Amino acid sequence: MNAIVDLPKDQISSVGKNIPIYKERGQREVFCGLTGIIWLHRKIQDAFFLVVGSRTCAHLVQSAAGVMIFAEPRFATAIIDDRDLAGIADAHEELDRVVKSLLTRRPDIKMLFLVGSCPSEVIKLDLSRAAQRLNKEFLNQCRILSYSGSGIETTFTQGEDACLASLVNEIPKPVVAGEKNLLIVGCLPDVVEDQFQRLFADLGIERVSFFPPRNSQQKIEIHSNTQYLLAQPFLADTARFIEERGAKRISAPFPFGIGGTTAWLKAAANQWGVTVAHFDKVTQPKIERAQKGLAHYLPMLENKRISFFPDSQLEIPLARFLSQECGMKVLEIGTPYLHKQHLEAELELLPENSRIVEGQDVEKQLDRCRSDKPDIVVCGLGLANPLEAEGITTKWSIELVFSPVHGYEQAADLAELFARPLNRSIRLAA
Amino acid sequence: MQLTLWTYEGPPHIGAMRIATSMTDLHYVLHSPQGDTYADLLFTMIGRSRKRPPVTYTTFQARDLGGDTAQLFQDSVNDAYQRFKPKAMIVGASCTAELIQDDPGGLARALSLPIPVIPLELPSYQKKENWGASETFYHIVRGLVSVDKSISAQQYQEKLAASKQEGQNPSCNILGATALGFRNRDDVQEIRGLLESMGIEVRVVAPLNASVADLSKIPEADFNVSLYPEISQLTCTWLNKTFGQPFTKIIPIGTKATKVFIEEVAQLANLNPETTLENQEERARWYAKSVDSTYLTDKRVFIFGDASHVIAVAKVAAEEIGFKVVGLGTYSREFAREVREAAKLYDVEALITDDYLEVEQKVAELSPDLVLGTQMERHIAKRLGIPCAVISAPVHVQDFPARYSPQMGFEGANVLFDTWIHPLMMGLEEHLIMMFRDDFEFSAKAAPSHLGHGSSSAKEHTLAVTQTSDAAVAQATQVNAELFNGANPANLWDAAAEKELGKIPFFVRGKARRNTEKFAVEHGISQITIETLYDAKAHYGR
Repeated sequence: MNAIVDLPKDQISSVGKNIPIYKERGQREVFCGLTGIIWLHRKIQDAFFLVVGSRTCAHLVQSAAGVMIFAEPRFATAIIDDRDLAGIADAHEELDRVVKSLLTRRPDIKMLFLVGSCPSEVIKLDLSRAAQRLNKEFLNQCRILSYSGSGIETTFTQGEDACLASLVNEIPKPVVAGEKNLLIVGCLPDVVEDQFQRLFADLGIERVSFFPPRNSQQKIEIHSNTQYLLAQPFLADTARFIEERGAKRISAPFPFGIGGTTAWLKAAANQWGVTVAHFDKVTQPKIERAQKGLAHYLPMLENKRISFFPDSQLEIPLARFLSQECGMKVLEIGTPYLHKQHLEAELELLPENSRIVEGQDVEKQLDRCRSDKPDIVVCGLGLANPLEAEGITTKWSIELVFSPVHGYEQAADLAELFARPLNRSIRLAA
Repeated sequence: MQLTLWTYEGPPHIGAMRIATSMTDLHYVLHSPQGDTYADLLFTMIGRSRKRPPVTYTTFQARDLGGDTAQLFQDSVNDAYQRFKPKAMIVGASCTAELIQDDPGGLARALSLPIPVIPLELPSYQKKENWGASETFYHIVRGLVSVDKSISAQQYQEKLAASKQEGQNPSCNILGATALGFRNRDDVQEIRGLLESMGIEVRVVAPLNASVADLSKIPEADFNVSLYPEISQLTCTWLNKTFGQPFTKIIPIGTKATKVFIEEVAQLANLNPETTLENQEERARWYAKSVDSTYLTDKRVFIFGDASHVIAVAKVAAEEIGFKVVGLGTYSREFAREVREAAKLYDVEALITDDYLEVEQKVAELSPDLVLGTQMERHIAKRLGIPCAVISAPVHVQDFPARYSPQMGFEGANVLFDTWIHPLMMGLEEHLIMMFRDDFEFSAKAAPSHLGHGSSSAKEHTLAVTQTSDAAVAQATQVNAELFNGANPANLWDAAAEKELGKIPFFVRGKARRNTEKFAVEHGISQITIETLYDAKAHYGR
């Protein structure tokens, strides 16, 4: 059985290599953008995320985060009820009331995100206007922003994109350019951010800042002398708004694995005129150490066949890392959305026989997966245990968003995330 | 709009999913936006199911809204039928799909599938998960059980009695257990074992692990065991009205209730309960009677959860363990009346709310020694530094354990005893901490040492928690202060009295503070001294 012929082909990838990109539509087994709150609320420490939605939205967020016991969670839901559905004006008053009682309870909150959901969007509740209105009221206490994390608009990590885009959008468009600076865009774990900070300093690139900041009070500098590097592949809107403020993107693969990290740093180093000798001097010891770490996991991964179900848009960079640096054979790379420009450098590095599928029809994809019989499948938690029960080893994909995986020091950790389930299935089978 | 930090129940379509997932050959097509498939995780991760829930989602996106979402729904129904070949299907909408009003029932009917297709109307903006489950179960049973309308319930029972063979055992169904229900798996095993040991034949267990064909056999049993009224009462009432099948009203949680349940069942089955009652080894009752448990007397407990668990658990706490029930409440509005009745037994007012913040405030006000609640009360208890055990859904993955852990029946009573006592400080430690306050290892501010927070970093952590708990108690006091004509009793304390208060173990300190302040205000005392503290103690008792 080869269901692949049923897939409509997008135009052949324009980047020189002959990698077909298929498009598929049907039932999608993915998270909505609200899920981004789970890590964003940890990253921006004085921010609060208020979902305006239904009980379903509240249930989603708590099912994802509720295994942790919180003394004071920094997210909540304003649940729309049938009274709100009766008239929009009323809903705005209700929202104001909820925000006021929330900010009274939590006076330490400095930034409040009103997060749109499917219900709030279908009834066209204008959260950006609500944010503007409330901003006036809480002028000195709290900034209020809005973005959409709805399932109809966003898939999983696109929630972060929408959140960061709302943050950028709030920065006024600069009239004059400032000093040349480098902006690293995308939520990174604190430890990874610190490592990159040190690397850029050693390379002699000064004025580096990270976006989003850890604290809402930190100012972000974006102007026509700004160059930015994406640390995550899912930031289409954020990048667009950054460019509207005059900044320029440095095209690079994403910093996963040794090669990815080197190419990523190199792209910035080139813009700052760092000499090859100096670049090598800074990176070589790190590369050697990372290679040593990675070597532990190669025997487990080499020549193993892997398939990805769509989830986070990290799939293409990860497939590149696993095939280039870990010797894995990639069968299918599902991705919820493919931004060809941002992934240009990545597509260039993929092996020719990769099969990329944008979108999803989960039942058909499961058929393909069963007929491919990969050694390991990267998929969401809704599919992982059922596939394991069928005898297919899985790596649940959400962990890749929740773990430090970028940069040299984490290259081995990233490989280990894939080696662990393989190791485990061998160990438990014995 | 309601501000919700945590919600006690999911939306009603989650209830419908619980019914569909419980069963073996029923499929659910849910009109819903992309992302609502998160619900699969509840079953595959929290419930650790080996199979995907039998649910097809239409997962429409914004770009579909301009087009024909009705067609999308019909295609999904057709595809699901072709692929899964279920014996029956349920169709419905999630909260967002409810807004776009595509009428799943009508659309599915138009396809004329060769199986029963049962439409669900679940108003997402008014109703919740348990209601959705109850309603779905009821509609499935109504849709799949054939009813001969020409005969009355009584005639049906007469016909059933006439067809009975000589020496045939009495029979029953066990109704209400579902996927993702709190300890339902083991409760069913425990109760089934109990019924079978009495010589009762268990015909159908539903919806858990039942097939479509099983459901149609429900009317053949003599009576129904309604195990979880939140899910099964509606169906049992209909079965009673239509086929004259009586159903049980007692929830067999705790030793006493289990005995009453045995008597109730024996009566419905025309059996003598004596042998069953005599042959039970009642470990939980003996454990509670043993002198090691004396210190549990009158420990103040707050209880919250779904109605049936709360009512049953309060009885066990008060009558079988000797706790003092200082507060109880439920999020199950459908059973508010029953819970209010139960609260009267303990001379407290029932808290009927699905507002987490209200529950939190109540717990802070009461500052109990133990909270018996849901996963949500664990958040509250952590914030306030109060020991806590889980007695009801919603629960997380740790409350779907691998080991046998029923709540019902005699083994359930054993499980309850262990689970509730565990978070409390053990007797000896409690005594020593009251005698010697400045021990570097066993601090009065620290958590019980048997919970293993002995290391210094953990100690700092518990210290921090205790401090917040003091703050929270102070906050609750402020709430009370409003009752005292604006006087803020927190200002009344002199330094020595405040210090003396600090010597009272943390788990009763909140109550001591409240009692003293109340005493001071009632007696017009403007400054609380050490003497006032002890006067109040003498006035109220411990």
